[in-house]
Amino acid sequence: MTLNILLFKITLLLYLGATVLYLVDVLLRKELAGKAGRGLLLAGFALHCATIVTRYLEAGYTPVTNLHESVSFFAWTLVGIYFLFDLRYRLSVLGAFVCPLALVLMVVGSAAPKVAQEINPMLDSWWFPVHVTLAFSGNAVFTVAFVAGVMYLLQERMLKSKKFSGLYHRLPSLQTLDSINYKCLTIGFPLMTMGIVSGAVWANSAWGGYWRWDPKETWALVTWFLYAALLHGRLTIGWRGRRAAIFAIIGFLCLLFTFFGVNLFLSGEHSFKALSGQ
Amino acid sequence: MNIIVVGLSHHTAPVEIRERVAFAPTAMAKPLAELVALSAVTEGLIVSTCNRVELYATSRDAEGCIAQLRRFLADYHGIPLEELEKHLYDYRGEEAIRHVFRVSSSLDSMVIGEPQILGQIKTAYGYAAEFKTVGLILNRFLHKAFSVAKRVRTETEIASNAVSVSFAAVELARKIFGTLTDKTVLLIGAGEMCELAAKHFLNNGVAQVMVTNRTFERAEKLAAEFKGKAIPFDDFPLHLQRVDIILTSTGAPNFILGAKKVEEVIRQRKYKPMFFIDIAVPRDIDPKVNDIDNCYLYDVDDLQGVVQSNLKERHKEAKKAEAIIEQEIGQFFRWLGSLDVVPTIVALRSKLEEIRRGELEKTFSNLKDLGDKERRAIEALTAAIINKVLHQPTKVLKQAQDEAAGDGYVDAVRALFDISAPSPEGDIQPLDDSDE
Repeated sequence: MTLNILLFKITLLLYLGATVLYLVDVLLRKELAGKAGRGLLLAGFALHCATIVTRYLEAGYTPVTNLHESVSFFAWTLVGIYFLFDLRYRLSVLGAFVCPLALVLMVVGSAAPKVAQEINPMLDSWWFPVHVTLAFSGNAVFTVAFVAGVMYLLQERMLKSKKFSGLYHRLPSLQTLDSINYKCLTIGFPLMTMGIVSGAVWANSAWGGYWRWDPKETWALVTWFLYAALLHGRLTIGWRGRRAAIFAIIGFLCLLFTFFGVNLFLSGEHSFKALSGQ
Repeated sequence: MNIIVVGLSHHTAPVEIRERVAFAPTAMAKPLAELVALSAVTEGLIVSTCNRVELYATSRDAEGCIAQLRRFLADYHGIPLEELEKHLYDYRGEEAIRHVFRVSSSLDSMVIGEPQILGQIKTAYGYAAEFKTVGLILNRFLHKAFSVAKRVRTETEIASNAVSVSFAAVELARKIFGTLTDKTVLLIGAGEMCELAAKHFLNNGVAQVMVTNRTFERAEKLAAEFKGKAIPFDDFPLHLQRVDIILTSTGAPNFILGAKKVEEVIRQRKYKPMFFIDIAVPRDIDPKVNDIDNCYLYDVDDLQGVVQSNLKERHKEAKKAEAIIEQEIGQFFRWLGSLDVVPTIVALRSKLEEIRRGELEKTFSNLKDLGDKERRAIEALTAAIINKVLHQPTKVLKQAQDEAAGDGYVDAVRALFDISAPSPEGDIQPLDDSDE
């Protein structure tokens, strides 16, 4: 087992511990558990950084060329972005929703083949890290928007139906959740846009054409339009609350398909097969 | 030494009885003095609130003390004991400790978790301390009760959810809007509950209160009270667009606000959320309003429902609180038991005996050439010294047994000779009211 795989596994365990603690906090209302969970998650994140760096050094390229690397990278940006939001909002309940997602990604990553392979020489460009970092950060921010959307719908349902579960007492106000949604949109959308643009620029320098309608590009564009519509609705028509939450959830599902579906089921320049140069 | 509680509360006595046995808070000197003058009472304290009157005392003679306290309560207020008796309860020992811990933690209150009772007991203790009717045991006991109450408050959520309709409305508004500081409240109609809710909203920092009423003068009067703005009744729909929270309680027989109108308003507001609180019966607002996106409508039954579920939460939390109290009782009871004279004397003796044995062993191992006779002489000598030294303290302790000062001696002996007594955590701390 190479060093980065070992680090990956320890990170996975730390995320597992953090998830359990966060859930104990939210479901059994033990706030101390949430604080401990945050500590574990932070430790996990530090190790995760080390995992990514060692993987980079061992493989010699930005580690997003197969499923294992990609989901690990996704989880890494997700946790990183979560901590940025945590600085501002301090909501352990947000952690209780984000942390399990990161854990699921890591579990998928640990099940996927981990062998580093010979890669397409085209990836040996500094556009590659720029492109993927922007795209993944955008994804992570939209994941937080999705989580806030789910929390919003749960809370809204309880307020409308006047039936309150234990979770009600831990959820932040609708206003806070909606403002997280908005914040995510204003941060995530530029990241995603720059991700797409940088990809296009890179494609031009590598293949001599900005856009080839490869499935990933097409789906990314669909997702981009969805979020653009939401941003437009928010700014001009005053979409907010429930509608914005639902949009954030649909956008996320679309984004998931762009991320997983395209790489796994469809072929194109972004499929892992193509990335591995086979 | 026994801790005794005799009293009555809303559980056992109707208000007609409670008001007759209440002690005036401004004149506690006399009843306190009479209380500690009772022959079986060593230390005493009187708690008197609108929901309970209780006497706390320490005594060597539990039975006698309870009888005297019952008689005292009846005689002092001139009520025949036969009439009062059926409302009285009494506790001693562990039961008494549990009772006082539960009362001060607000587990025995009419509304579980209400915060006033702790302050009331602190006040009662303040009087007793001022008139010096409490000594070592009640001092420690009450401070322990305060710290238990504080633990219950911080470690459980017993007091965290609103249990009144008007507070529940404010809490719901917080869940919807987060902060209330930039929100506007519109009060339609008048009514006690409605005005109370408006006051709570003001106390929670809403930016503005607008008031409307069919009689404009009434609206102006209320608006002045809330430093708000009065608007003519017929005009209120024009202002809805600027209003976030609407409280209604008019006597109107029909809905004064329909779903259509609200839909129109919310569109104008760019779907900024609105919270409707309809306290009127018959209702003022069409219930369909609740189905509109970003509109939340609560009628009186809904709010009662919230209060009921919050009360259920409190009862759940009360179970956690009981567990905390059980833990603390054990600790305090052990300390109280350690104040008994006989075990203290035994412990003191064995402590000195242990020291004597240790020193003898050291000496004998240094002086190996001592004969049996010398050894026996040295043993007898040291034993005699210990007996002589212990004679007077033992006598004093035994004599003091029946006086209030006795507990002080016992406590001192335990401290001076480092005889471990399981003490209730920490030392006596000054009363702090910072947590109220």
